[in-house]
Amino acid sequence: MITTTIISSLASIVGNENLFTSIEDKITYSYDGTPLHSRLPEAIVRPKTKEQISEVLKLANREKFAVVPRGTGTGLSGGSIPVEDCVIVDMSQWNRIIEIDPENLTAWVEPGVITSQLHLEVERIGLFYPPDPGSMNICTIGGNVAENSGGLRGLKYGVTKNYVMGLEVVLPNGDIISCGGKAVKDVAGYNLKDLFIGSEGTLGIFTKILLKLIPKPQTSKTMVAYFNTQSDAGRTVSSIISQKIIPCTVEFLDKTTIRCVEDFAKIGLPTDIESLLLLEVDGHPSVVEEEAQKVVECCKQNNAVEVKIAESVEDAMKLKTARRSAFSALARSRPTTILEDITVPRSSIATMLEKIDAISKKYDVLIGTFGHAGDGNLHPTCLTDERNHEEIARAEKAYEEIFIEAVKLGGTITGEHGTGLAKKKFLHLVTGYTAIDTMRTIKKALDPNNVLNPGKVFDMH
Amino acid sequence: MLHTARTHDDRNTVFMNPNISNFNGIDIPSDDVLTNCMHCGLCLPVCPTFAITGREKSSPRGRIRLIKAVAEGTLEMTEGFVDEMNFCLDCQACETACPAGVKYGSLVESVRNQMRIQGKESTTALTLKWIFLRNVVSKKYLLKLVARTLGIYQSSGLERLVKKSYVIKKLAPKLSKLQELSPRIDGRFFDDIYPEIVTPTVVPKYRVGFLSGCIMNVAFAKINEDTVKVLLHHDCEVIIPKDQVCCGSLQAHNGDFDIARTLAKKNIDVFLKYDLDAIVMNSAGCGALMKEYGHYLHDDLLYAKKAEILSSKVKDISEFLFEIGLKKPVKEYCHRVSYHDACHLVHAQKVSKQPRELIRSIPGIEYVELNEASWCCGSAGTYNIIRHEDSMIILDRKIENVKIADAEFLVANNPGCLTQIEYGCANNHIKTKVIHLATLLRDVYEL
Repeated sequence: MITTTIISSLASIVGNENLFTSIEDKITYSYDGTPLHSRLPEAIVRPKTKEQISEVLKLANREKFAVVPRGTGTGLSGGSIPVEDCVIVDMSQWNRIIEIDPENLTAWVEPGVITSQLHLEVERIGLFYPPDPGSMNICTIGGNVAENSGGLRGLKYGVTKNYVMGLEVVLPNGDIISCGGKAVKDVAGYNLKDLFIGSEGTLGIFTKILLKLIPKPQTSKTMVAYFNTQSDAGRTVSSIISQKIIPCTVEFLDKTTIRCVEDFAKIGLPTDIESLLLLEVDGHPSVVEEEAQKVVECCKQNNAVEVKIAESVEDAMKLKTARRSAFSALARSRPTTILEDITVPRSSIATMLEKIDAISKKYDVLIGTFGHAGDGNLHPTCLTDERNHEEIARAEKAYEEIFIEAVKLGGTITGEHGTGLAKKKFLHLVTGYTAIDTMRTIKKALDPNNVLNPGKVFDMH
Repeated sequence: MLHTARTHDDRNTVFMNPNISNFNGIDIPSDDVLTNCMHCGLCLPVCPTFAITGREKSSPRGRIRLIKAVAEGTLEMTEGFVDEMNFCLDCQACETACPAGVKYGSLVESVRNQMRIQGKESTTALTLKWIFLRNVVSKKYLLKLVARTLGIYQSSGLERLVKKSYVIKKLAPKLSKLQELSPRIDGRFFDDIYPEIVTPTVVPKYRVGFLSGCIMNVAFAKINEDTVKVLLHHDCEVIIPKDQVCCGSLQAHNGDFDIARTLAKKNIDVFLKYDLDAIVMNSAGCGALMKEYGHYLHDDLLYAKKAEILSSKVKDISEFLFEIGLKKPVKEYCHRVSYHDACHLVHAQKVSKQPRELIRSIPGIEYVELNEASWCCGSAGTYNIIRHEDSMIILDRKIENVKIADAEFLVANNPGCLTQIEYGCANNHIKTKVIHLATLLRDVYEL
């Protein structure tokens, strides 16, 4: 239990002005972007220094309460949702870009920096930070590292883990460590940095992050291809890759998603087709020209009804922005959208799409699917109403079956959103029980009192 | 205070008994709209109040969650709740950003209505809103009377005297702000100058109604005149019904639905007497509300249909001129011009392309896009008086961008924005003139 004595100890660590305990604050820090989960925290703190974070964690170990780190609360697996008797550590105000180093192609940032703001700053000087999650205009780099977020450019450029070079971390016991650095090669000791990437706030709170940057691609070409069947779109993806072309973006949208997105963005997408692919190739102008040509041919060979090339940068941006809105736009047709994040080897995309279709029919639930087809990462989204308990129960059964099918195809239950609260009961499907025990051993070694984001990813027993 | 803590880790305990809602009556926030918010957070980066505090409760997503808690009976309308609802500008930038299409504005307006009927407003806010919105603005003769008095006060030199004295600032700080941000009262009111029907010199191509407005009528008579001149120049017969009343927007946005509905019905009667091609607006707030008459009166047996018809005819001046096409000016108009989006035009009415296209199409104009053009200026109806300090923080951000644009004219199609940004420019010694599109066009055509 968090007593008034603990609250006053917190106040003396962070200052009264950085401690929120009003009921209005508690209610509004009770959720993140994850549907159906929420819980009231006991307090919210905004530490100003790493020492304060360390003090808060030491207090938590002494008094046995939980600490949940939070950025801007856009996560989709419940990573920043409060747990029982917890204090939220709000890191959103740590939003300084400390340094951009054009000689070493690196950037030191604080964890609360908004992802798209970093894009803007580095692109201004011709550099590029590729990870671009759908929520990039509001999500934070700290959250991206904690969840190992992906995005639309994952196929060619990889995900957040490929761009983290160093971290400064406050450990669950309050110790502060640094790992990694600007040296491109570094094999001194265990690769601790990678342990924290994707740890979903359970192993440490980041206070500084060193990111790798790359030169900005000179040019790009964005295309959209329409198909009469989902499997034609699925086969197109495999066919492009087998031609040895790696587009930076290959996004898939099904009929339901296209309708909702068009309803929001009004960019003239046809609403009577079954699926579309949004494709982008980037790099040297002559290569881009040649690859775009080949991509168009691939689409046509696989029965694309129409292939359009975006005429301007603005048009391309509109298409990509519309795609990013897909998840939220789906809430136009039904109030509650439960989004999943399965990933299969990309050669199995067409099969997985068929399975999703069959499962949605079997359980009589409406599922709209979109996703990063090039990565094999699909977001089957169940459109439902949280007030209808019976339908929610059917949706959960459908998801369980979708997870099982994805794993059978050699895939995983989550590609980029994390396990958190929402998917922990399915984790064993992918990892097996022994691997979960190994994770528990690591967690126990770093956080013996289980104070930092407990009950996320897996339970301790 | 909190009755039952919302502690549902278990998915099946999410649902509260709807019977214990802390809202009551007919005008309550819609449960469907509340459920429609899937708390993705995409509204956060566009919210001016979230930009100030960075606190979730000052964001659209946070406010929706608070409203939901009150609706579910887990939160009472606490002082903190009421404060957050009043902190909101109702600029509706979040509606533009929301892919799920959550009608946030309707939620906040319903809540404000609940705050009023349940007596949860602070006395100052209540008094100001009551005097100003329920009485003065809604009753034409009273508004004119007050305006006359204010006009005499402003022109007599008494104002300068009072402004200099610190007495008023000490005694009634809100009143002193009311004075500084009050629009300048015109010598002659618009509806005293023009007859009900104004005919162009040629055979009219269009017959349009014109809302002379409440504040526009007494304090922006010049802009109304500019609008009529521009419409006449575009071969419109302009109908300015003498019996028209205030559109009800200030009242509705502050949650006073009863009076807004009464005003709406009156306007429906007076405008639908004529067979009009369009009803032209030069105030974004009025246009936004009149387009919503259909919504506000949807369950009124007598007026639902008529309200729909009226709403379908309502067009902002920029929308209307864009549709009929601007006439070619005789001379080039060589000036640097920028454009500020009034919230109730860009977010509430989704009109942003038309005014820009019109300005761009004028030969000689160097158009410069204002950075963060669709970010609220902080005027927001009566917000700049009732929440003056917050309003000024929001205005500062706008003024920074106006400085960068460095235009000779900044066009804004709303009286509130004009007064607010002009005030900001004057205080910061910025030379940019803040004008209405109609004023710019009248100058272009030398009418």
